[in-house]
Amino acid sequence: MTDVVVLFFLLGLLARLVKSDLALPGVLYETLSIYLLLAIGLKGGVELSKQSLDAVIPQMLFCLALGLMIPLLLYPLLRRLVGLNGFDAASVAAHYGSVSVVTFAVASAYLTHRDIAYESHAALWVALLEAPGIVAGIALARWTEKKPSGQVVEKGARARFAWSALAHDVFFGKSVFLLVGGLVIGTLMGETGTAPIAPLFTVLFKGVLALFLLELGLVAGGRLGELKRYGVKLIVFALFAPMGLALLGALGGKALGLSTGGIAIMAALAASASYIAAPTAMRIAVPQANAALSITAALGVTFPFNVLLGIPLYLKLAQVLG
Amino acid sequence: MLKHQKKLLVIITEAILEKSLIADAKRLGSQGYTVYDVRGGSQNATHEGDWEADRMIEMKIICDEAVADAIASHVIGQYASNYGVRLFFSNIEVARPQKF
Repeated sequence: MTDVVVLFFLLGLLARLVKSDLALPGVLYETLSIYLLLAIGLKGGVELSKQSLDAVIPQMLFCLALGLMIPLLLYPLLRRLVGLNGFDAASVAAHYGSVSVVTFAVASAYLTHRDIAYESHAALWVALLEAPGIVAGIALARWTEKKPSGQVVEKGARARFAWSALAHDVFFGKSVFLLVGGLVIGTLMGETGTAPIAPLFTVLFKGVLALFLLELGLVAGGRLGELKRYGVKLIVFALFAPMGLALLGALGGKALGLSTGGIAIMAALAASASYIAAPTAMRIAVPQANAALSITAALGVTFPFNVLLGIPLYLKLAQVLG
Repeated sequence: MLKHQKKLLVIITEAILEKSLIADAKRLGSQGYTVYDVRGGSQNATHEGDWEADRMIEMKIICDEAVADAIASHVIGQYASNYGVRLFFSNIEVARPQKF
Protein backbone atom coordinates (compact mmCIF):
# COMPACT_ATOMS: atom_id res chain seq x y z
CA MET A 1 0.00 0.00 0.00
CA THR A 2 1.56 3.29 -1.10
CA ASP A 3 2.16 5.89 1.52
CA VAL A 4 -0.47 8.63 1.35
CA VAL A 5 2.09 11.41 0.94
CA VAL A 6 3.27 9.95 -2.37
CA LEU A 7 -0.23 10.40 -3.75
CA PHE A 8 0.03 14.11 -3.05
CA PHE A 9 3.20 14.18 -5.12
CA LEU A 10 1.35 12.49 -7.97
CA LEU A 11 -1.48 14.98 -7.59
CA GLY A 12 0.94 17.85 -8.03
CA LEU A 13 2.52 16.15 -11.02
CA LEU A 14 -0.90 15.64 -12.58
CA ALA A 15 -1.88 19.24 -11.90
CA ARG A 16 1.10 20.46 -13.88
CA LEU A 17 0.56 17.98 -16.69
CA VAL A 18 -3.07 19.01 -17.18
CA LYS A 19 -2.02 22.67 -16.90
CA SER A 20 -4.08 23.40 -13.85
CA ASP A 21 -3.56 26.88 -12.41
CA LEU A 22 -2.75 25.37 -9.03
CA ALA A 23 0.23 27.08 -7.43
CA LEU A 24 1.29 27.09 -3.81
CA PRO A 25 2.12 30.59 -2.60
CA GLY A 26 5.88 31.09 -2.38
CA VAL A 27 5.62 32.07 1.26
CA LEU A 28 3.80 28.86 2.10
CA TYR A 29 6.48 26.81 0.41
CA GLU A 30 9.14 28.68 2.39
CA THR A 31 7.24 28.10 5.63
CA LEU A 32 6.73 24.39 4.97
CA SER A 33 10.39 24.10 4.09
CA ILE A 34 11.50 25.67 7.36
CA TYR A 35 9.05 23.50 9.29
CA LEU A 36 10.24 20.27 7.70
CA LEU A 37 13.90 21.01 8.30
CA LEU A 38 13.31 21.92 11.94
CA ALA A 39 10.99 19.00 12.59
CA ILE A 40 13.39 16.48 11.09
CA GLY A 41 16.30 17.94 13.01
CA LEU A 42 14.34 18.03 16.28
CA LYS A 43 13.22 14.43 16.04
CA GLY A 44 16.73 13.28 15.23
CA GLY A 45 18.11 15.32 18.11
CA VAL A 46 15.64 13.90 20.62
CA GLU A 47 16.65 10.39 19.58
CA LEU A 48 20.31 11.33 19.71
CA SER A 49 19.85 12.54 23.30
CA LYS A 50 18.96 8.99 24.23
CA GLN A 51 22.30 7.54 23.26
CA SER A 52 25.98 8.19 23.57
CA LEU A 53 27.73 9.97 20.75
CA ASP A 54 30.47 7.32 20.64
CA ALA A 55 28.16 4.77 19.08
CA VAL A 56 27.36 7.22 16.38
CA ILE A 57 30.82 8.45 15.41
CA PRO A 58 31.57 5.72 12.83
CA GLN A 59 28.24 6.54 11.17
CA MET A 60 29.13 10.24 11.11
CA LEU A 61 32.49 9.53 9.51
CA PHE A 62 30.88 7.30 6.93
CA CYS A 63 28.39 10.02 6.03
CA LEU A 64 31.13 12.57 5.52
CA ALA A 65 33.13 10.13 3.39
CA LEU A 66 30.07 9.14 1.34
CA GLY A 67 29.18 12.75 0.69
CA LEU A 68 32.67 13.52 -0.54
CA MET A 69 33.00 10.34 -2.56
CA ILE A 70 29.78 10.42 -4.56
CA PRO A 71 30.65 13.47 -6.71
CA LEU A 72 34.12 12.07 -7.37
CA LEU A 73 32.55 8.84 -8.61
CA LEU A 74 29.88 10.50 -10.70
CA TYR A 75 32.00 13.20 -12.35
CA PRO A 76 33.82 10.91 -14.83
CA LEU A 77 30.52 9.21 -15.69
CA LEU A 78 28.89 12.53 -16.36
CA ARG A 79 31.79 13.72 -18.52
CA ARG A 80 32.34 10.57 -20.58
CA LEU A 81 29.00 8.76 -20.68
CA VAL A 82 26.52 11.63 -20.48
CA GLY A 83 28.79 14.01 -22.38
CA LEU A 84 28.47 17.04 -20.10
CA ASN A 85 31.09 19.76 -19.92
CA GLY A 86 33.20 20.05 -16.78
CA PHE A 87 31.02 22.64 -15.07
CA ASP A 88 27.72 20.89 -15.68
CA ALA A 89 29.24 17.58 -14.64
CA ALA A 90 30.54 19.11 -11.40
CA SER A 91 27.19 20.73 -10.71
CA VAL A 92 25.16 17.55 -11.28
CA ALA A 93 27.71 15.59 -9.24
CA ALA A 94 27.30 18.04 -6.36
CA HIS A 95 23.51 17.68 -6.48
CA TYR A 96 23.78 13.91 -6.18
CA GLY A 97 26.51 14.08 -3.58
CA SER A 98 24.24 16.12 -1.35
CA VAL A 99 20.88 14.82 -0.10
CA SER A 100 17.19 15.47 -0.36
CA VAL A 101 15.65 16.05 3.04
CA VAL A 102 12.23 15.28 1.65
CA THR A 103 13.36 11.93 0.24
CA PHE A 104 14.55 11.14 3.75
CA ALA A 105 11.18 12.18 5.17
CA VAL A 106 9.30 10.00 2.68
CA ALA A 107 11.64 7.05 3.30
CA SER A 108 11.22 7.26 7.07
CA ALA A 109 7.45 7.63 6.71
CA TYR A 110 7.44 4.55 4.45
CA LEU A 111 9.33 2.49 7.02
CA THR A 112 7.17 3.68 9.93
CA HIS A 113 4.09 2.81 7.89
CA ARG A 114 5.38 -0.76 7.66
CA ASP A 115 6.46 -0.93 11.30
CA ILE A 116 10.09 -1.33 10.27
CA ALA A 117 12.44 0.12 12.85
CA TYR A 118 15.37 2.29 11.90
CA GLU A 119 17.91 4.35 13.76
CA SER A 120 15.76 7.30 14.73
CA HIS A 121 18.71 9.66 15.01
CA ALA A 122 19.06 9.32 11.24
CA ALA A 123 18.46 13.06 10.84
CA LEU A 124 22.08 13.40 11.92
CA TRP A 125 23.09 11.53 8.76
CA VAL A 126 21.03 13.96 6.71
CA ALA A 127 22.70 16.96 8.32
CA LEU A 128 26.14 15.50 7.69
CA LEU A 129 25.42 14.51 4.11
CA GLU A 130 24.18 17.93 3.00
CA ALA A 131 27.45 19.79 2.71
CA PRO A 132 30.37 17.47 1.72
CA GLY A 133 28.91 16.65 -1.70
CA ILE A 134 28.54 20.34 -2.49
CA VAL A 135 32.09 21.08 -1.41
CA ALA A 136 33.41 18.21 -3.53
CA GLY A 137 31.39 19.40 -6.53
CA ILE A 138 32.80 22.89 -6.23
CA ALA A 139 36.32 21.52 -5.94
CA LEU A 140 35.72 19.56 -9.15
CA ALA A 141 34.50 22.71 -10.88
CA ARG A 142 37.59 24.64 -9.77
CA TRP A 143 39.75 21.80 -11.06
CA THR A 144 37.91 21.99 -14.38
CA GLU A 145 38.68 25.69 -14.64
CA LYS A 146 42.36 25.16 -14.06
CA LYS A 147 42.85 22.37 -16.57
CA PRO A 148 45.47 23.32 -19.14
CA SER A 149 43.27 22.44 -22.07
CA GLY A 150 43.62 25.84 -23.65
CA GLN A 151 40.12 26.61 -22.45
CA VAL A 152 39.76 30.30 -21.73
CA VAL A 153 38.20 31.15 -18.40
CA GLU A 154 36.17 34.32 -18.81
CA LYS A 155 36.94 37.08 -16.37
CA GLY A 156 33.32 37.20 -15.26
CA ALA A 157 33.47 33.53 -14.40
CA ARG A 158 35.35 34.21 -11.22
CA ALA A 159 32.54 36.53 -10.09
CA ARG A 160 32.87 37.33 -6.44
CA PHE A 161 33.78 33.84 -5.48
CA ALA A 162 35.68 33.41 -2.27
CA TRP A 163 35.93 30.21 -0.30
CA SER A 164 35.01 31.90 2.97
CA ALA A 165 31.84 33.38 1.52
CA LEU A 166 30.96 30.04 0.02
CA ALA A 167 31.69 28.11 3.20
CA HIS A 168 29.44 30.57 4.97
CA ASP A 169 26.60 29.97 2.52
CA VAL A 170 26.97 26.20 2.56
CA PHE A 171 27.28 25.69 6.30
CA PHE A 172 25.03 28.51 7.45
CA GLY A 173 22.54 28.22 4.62
CA LYS A 174 18.98 27.51 5.59
CA SER A 175 19.05 23.72 5.14
CA VAL A 176 22.12 22.86 7.15
CA PHE A 177 21.50 25.57 9.74
CA LEU A 178 17.95 24.46 10.53
CA LEU A 179 18.80 20.76 10.48
CA VAL A 180 21.75 21.18 12.79
CA GLY A 181 19.85 23.70 14.91
CA GLY A 182 16.95 21.30 15.30
CA LEU A 183 19.36 18.48 16.14
CA VAL A 184 21.08 20.54 18.81
CA ILE A 185 17.81 21.68 20.37
CA GLY A 186 16.42 18.14 20.30
CA THR A 187 19.58 16.73 21.84
CA LEU A 188 19.70 19.35 24.58
CA MET A 189 16.02 19.23 25.50
CA GLY A 190 15.29 15.55 24.95
CA GLU A 191 11.81 14.07 24.88
CA THR A 192 10.50 15.89 27.94
CA GLY A 193 11.92 19.26 26.99
CA THR A 194 10.39 19.15 23.51
CA ALA A 195 7.03 17.75 24.68
CA PRO A 196 5.32 21.17 24.67
CA ILE A 197 6.09 21.68 20.99
CA ALA A 198 5.52 18.08 19.97
CA PRO A 199 1.94 18.73 18.76
CA LEU A 200 3.26 21.03 16.06
CA PHE A 201 6.46 19.29 15.12
CA THR A 202 5.50 15.65 15.53
CA VAL A 203 1.77 15.25 15.14
CA LEU A 204 1.38 17.57 12.16
CA PHE A 205 4.52 16.39 10.38
CA LYS A 206 2.97 13.94 7.94
CA GLY A 207 0.30 16.39 6.85
CA VAL A 208 2.84 19.12 6.21
CA LEU A 209 4.97 16.66 4.29
CA ALA A 210 1.96 15.86 2.12
CA LEU A 211 1.49 19.55 1.29
CA PHE A 212 5.16 19.95 0.55
CA LEU A 213 5.06 16.96 -1.80
CA LEU A 214 2.13 18.54 -3.59
CA GLU A 215 4.37 21.50 -4.35
CA LEU A 216 7.26 19.27 -5.37
CA GLY A 217 4.93 17.39 -7.70
CA LEU A 218 4.12 20.72 -9.35
CA VAL A 219 7.77 21.62 -9.73
CA ALA A 220 8.78 18.15 -10.92
CA GLY A 221 5.91 18.23 -13.43
CA GLY A 222 7.23 21.53 -14.72
CA ARG A 223 10.63 19.98 -15.20
CA LEU A 224 9.30 17.06 -17.24
CA GLY A 225 8.73 19.30 -20.22
CA GLU A 226 12.39 20.33 -20.06
CA LEU A 227 13.67 16.78 -20.21
CA LYS A 228 13.68 16.48 -23.95
CA ARG A 229 16.06 19.42 -24.11
CA TYR A 230 18.76 17.53 -22.29
CA GLY A 231 18.62 14.22 -24.03
CA VAL A 232 18.09 10.61 -23.17
CA LYS A 233 21.54 10.15 -21.63
CA LEU A 234 20.76 12.49 -18.77
CA ILE A 235 17.46 10.74 -18.10
CA VAL A 236 19.20 7.37 -18.08
CA PHE A 237 21.79 8.75 -15.68
CA ALA A 238 19.14 10.21 -13.39
CA LEU A 239 17.40 6.82 -13.25
CA PHE A 240 20.39 4.53 -12.85
CA ALA A 241 22.80 6.60 -10.79
CA PRO A 242 20.46 6.54 -7.77
CA MET A 243 20.33 2.77 -7.91
CA GLY A 244 24.11 2.45 -8.01
CA LEU A 245 24.48 4.99 -5.23
CA ALA A 246 21.81 3.23 -3.17
CA LEU A 247 23.88 0.05 -3.37
CA LEU A 248 26.91 1.97 -2.15
CA GLY A 249 24.95 3.43 0.73
CA ALA A 250 23.42 0.08 1.61
CA LEU A 251 26.78 -1.68 1.68
CA GLY A 252 28.16 1.04 3.91
CA GLY A 253 25.14 0.75 6.17
CA LYS A 254 25.60 -2.99 6.39
CA ALA A 255 29.28 -2.55 7.25
CA LEU A 256 28.32 -0.11 10.00
CA GLY A 257 25.99 -2.71 11.48
CA LEU A 258 22.84 -0.66 10.98
CA SER A 259 19.37 -2.15 11.29
CA THR A 260 17.52 -3.18 8.13
CA GLY A 261 15.59 0.08 8.27
CA GLY A 262 18.79 1.99 8.80
CA ILE A 263 20.40 0.38 5.76
CA ALA A 264 17.34 1.30 3.70
CA ILE A 265 17.53 4.90 4.89
CA MET A 266 21.24 5.13 4.14
CA ALA A 267 20.58 3.72 0.67
CA ALA A 268 17.79 6.25 0.08
CA LEU A 269 20.02 9.11 1.23
CA ALA A 270 22.86 8.04 -1.02
CA ALA A 271 20.41 7.79 -3.92
CA SER A 272 18.85 11.18 -3.33
CA ALA A 273 19.79 14.44 -4.98
CA SER A 274 19.51 17.84 -3.40
CA TYR A 275 17.36 20.52 -4.96
CA ILE A 276 17.45 23.15 -2.24
CA ALA A 277 20.95 23.44 -0.86
CA ALA A 278 22.88 22.29 -3.92
CA PRO A 279 21.21 24.43 -6.60
CA THR A 280 21.69 27.58 -4.53
CA ALA A 281 25.31 26.81 -3.72
CA MET A 282 26.07 25.88 -7.32
CA ARG A 283 24.51 29.03 -8.71
CA ILE A 284 26.91 31.08 -6.65
CA ALA A 285 30.01 28.94 -6.83
CA VAL A 286 29.75 27.53 -10.35
CA PRO A 287 27.72 30.07 -12.33
CA GLN A 288 28.99 28.66 -15.62
CA ALA A 289 26.94 25.52 -15.00
CA ASN A 290 23.47 25.18 -16.41
CA ALA A 291 21.29 25.30 -13.30
CA ALA A 292 18.19 24.07 -15.08
CA LEU A 293 19.96 20.91 -16.22
CA SER A 294 20.92 19.83 -12.71
CA ILE A 295 17.51 20.57 -11.23
CA THR A 296 15.76 18.77 -14.10
CA ALA A 297 17.76 15.62 -13.40
CA ALA A 298 17.39 15.89 -9.62
CA LEU A 299 13.77 16.96 -9.43
CA GLY A 300 12.33 15.87 -12.75
CA VAL A 301 13.66 12.32 -12.76
CA THR A 302 15.53 11.20 -9.65
CA PHE A 303 13.16 12.53 -7.00
CA PRO A 304 10.00 11.00 -8.57
CA PHE A 305 11.90 7.78 -9.19
CA ASN A 306 13.06 7.59 -5.57
CA VAL A 307 9.68 8.44 -4.14
CA LEU A 308 7.63 6.15 -6.39
CA LEU A 309 9.90 3.18 -7.04
CA GLY A 310 13.27 3.67 -5.39
CA ILE A 311 12.40 3.64 -1.71
CA PRO A 312 10.50 0.32 -1.83
CA LEU A 313 13.40 -1.07 -3.88
CA TYR A 314 15.98 0.10 -1.36
CA LEU A 315 14.03 -1.53 1.44
CA LYS A 316 14.11 -4.82 -0.48
CA LEU A 317 17.85 -4.35 -0.96
CA ALA A 318 18.28 -3.73 2.75
CA GLN A 319 16.27 -6.82 3.58
CA VAL A 320 18.38 -8.92 1.23
CA LEU A 321 21.59 -7.57 2.73
CA GLY A 322 20.35 -7.69 6.32
CA MET B 1 7.81 72.32 -5.50
CA LEU B 2 11.50 72.36 -6.35
CA LYS B 3 12.63 69.14 -7.99
CA HIS B 4 16.05 67.75 -8.80
CA GLN B 5 17.18 65.42 -11.56
CA LYS B 6 18.39 61.95 -10.66
CA LYS B 7 18.81 58.63 -12.45
CA LEU B 8 16.73 55.55 -11.68
CA LEU B 9 18.65 52.36 -12.38
CA VAL B 10 16.54 49.21 -12.50
CA ILE B 11 18.25 45.83 -12.45
CA ILE B 12 16.31 42.62 -13.02
CA THR B 13 18.32 39.55 -12.23
CA GLU B 14 18.54 36.26 -10.35
CA ALA B 15 17.68 36.48 -6.65
CA ILE B 16 20.87 34.71 -5.76
CA LEU B 17 22.81 37.86 -6.60
CA GLU B 18 20.93 40.08 -4.17
CA LYS B 19 23.57 40.22 -1.44
CA SER B 20 26.39 40.83 -3.90
CA LEU B 21 24.48 43.53 -5.75
CA ILE B 22 23.66 45.40 -2.57
CA ALA B 23 27.31 45.32 -1.52
CA ASP B 24 28.41 46.45 -4.99
CA ALA B 25 25.87 49.28 -5.11
CA LYS B 26 26.92 50.59 -1.71
CA ARG B 27 30.56 50.36 -2.59
CA LEU B 28 30.06 52.24 -5.83
CA GLY B 29 28.23 55.13 -4.21
CA SER B 30 24.55 54.33 -3.92
CA GLN B 31 22.78 55.73 -0.86
CA GLY B 32 20.04 53.14 -0.90
CA TYR B 33 18.05 50.60 -2.89
CA THR B 34 14.75 48.71 -2.95
CA VAL B 35 14.27 45.10 -3.93
CA TYR B 36 11.16 43.27 -5.11
CA ASP B 37 10.54 39.60 -5.82
CA VAL B 38 9.39 39.32 -9.39
CA ARG B 39 8.44 36.70 -11.95
CA GLY B 40 9.13 36.87 -15.61
CA GLY B 41 10.56 35.23 -18.66
CA SER B 42 12.03 35.65 -22.07
CA GLN B 43 12.12 33.75 -25.33
CA ASN B 44 14.47 31.23 -23.84
CA ALA B 45 13.27 30.82 -20.29
CA THR B 46 10.46 31.41 -17.83
CA HIS B 47 11.26 32.18 -14.24
CA GLU B 48 8.20 31.31 -12.24
CA GLY B 49 10.27 31.03 -9.10
CA ASP B 50 9.20 27.43 -8.62
CA TRP B 51 12.44 26.31 -7.12
CA GLU B 52 14.82 28.15 -4.88
CA ALA B 53 17.51 29.00 -7.37
CA ASP B 54 15.00 30.19 -9.98
CA ARG B 55 13.85 33.31 -8.19
CA MET B 56 14.20 36.76 -9.70
CA ILE B 57 14.48 40.17 -8.16
CA GLU B 58 14.09 43.70 -9.38
CA MET B 59 16.40 46.18 -7.70
CA LYS B 60 15.84 49.92 -7.96
CA ILE B 61 18.58 52.42 -7.25
CA ILE B 62 18.13 56.18 -7.38
CA CYS B 63 21.39 58.05 -7.71
CA ASP B 64 23.50 60.41 -9.80
CA GLU B 65 24.23 59.49 -13.39
CA ALA B 66 27.90 58.75 -12.72
CA VAL B 67 27.04 56.33 -9.92
CA ALA B 68 24.36 54.67 -12.05
CA ASP B 69 26.87 54.22 -14.87
CA ALA B 70 29.47 52.80 -12.51
CA ILE B 71 27.04 50.30 -11.01
CA ALA B 72 25.63 49.27 -14.38
CA SER B 73 29.09 48.74 -15.91
CA HIS B 74 30.18 46.69 -12.95
CA VAL B 75 27.04 44.54 -12.97
CA ILE B 76 27.32 43.83 -16.68
CA GLY B 77 31.02 43.13 -16.49
CA GLN B 78 30.88 40.94 -13.42
CA TYR B 79 27.64 38.99 -13.74
CA ALA B 80 26.09 39.19 -17.17
CA SER B 81 28.19 36.41 -18.68
CA ASN B 82 26.90 33.79 -16.23
CA TYR B 83 23.64 35.13 -14.84
CA GLY B 84 20.50 36.52 -16.38
CA VAL B 85 20.75 40.32 -16.12
CA ARG B 86 18.57 43.05 -17.57
CA LEU B 87 18.92 46.65 -16.62
CA PHE B 88 17.67 50.01 -17.73
CA PHE B 89 18.02 53.68 -16.88
CA SER B 90 15.35 56.27 -16.43
CA ASN B 91 15.41 60.01 -15.75
CA ILE B 92 13.45 60.94 -12.68
CA GLU B 93 12.97 63.89 -10.37
CA VAL B 94 13.21 63.86 -6.59
CA ALA B 95 12.33 66.38 -3.89
CA ARG B 96 15.26 65.78 -1.51
CA PRO B 97 18.40 65.11 -3.57
CA GLN B 98 20.61 64.69 -0.52
CA LYS B 99 18.78 61.41 0.21
CA PHE B 100 20.06 59.89 -3.00
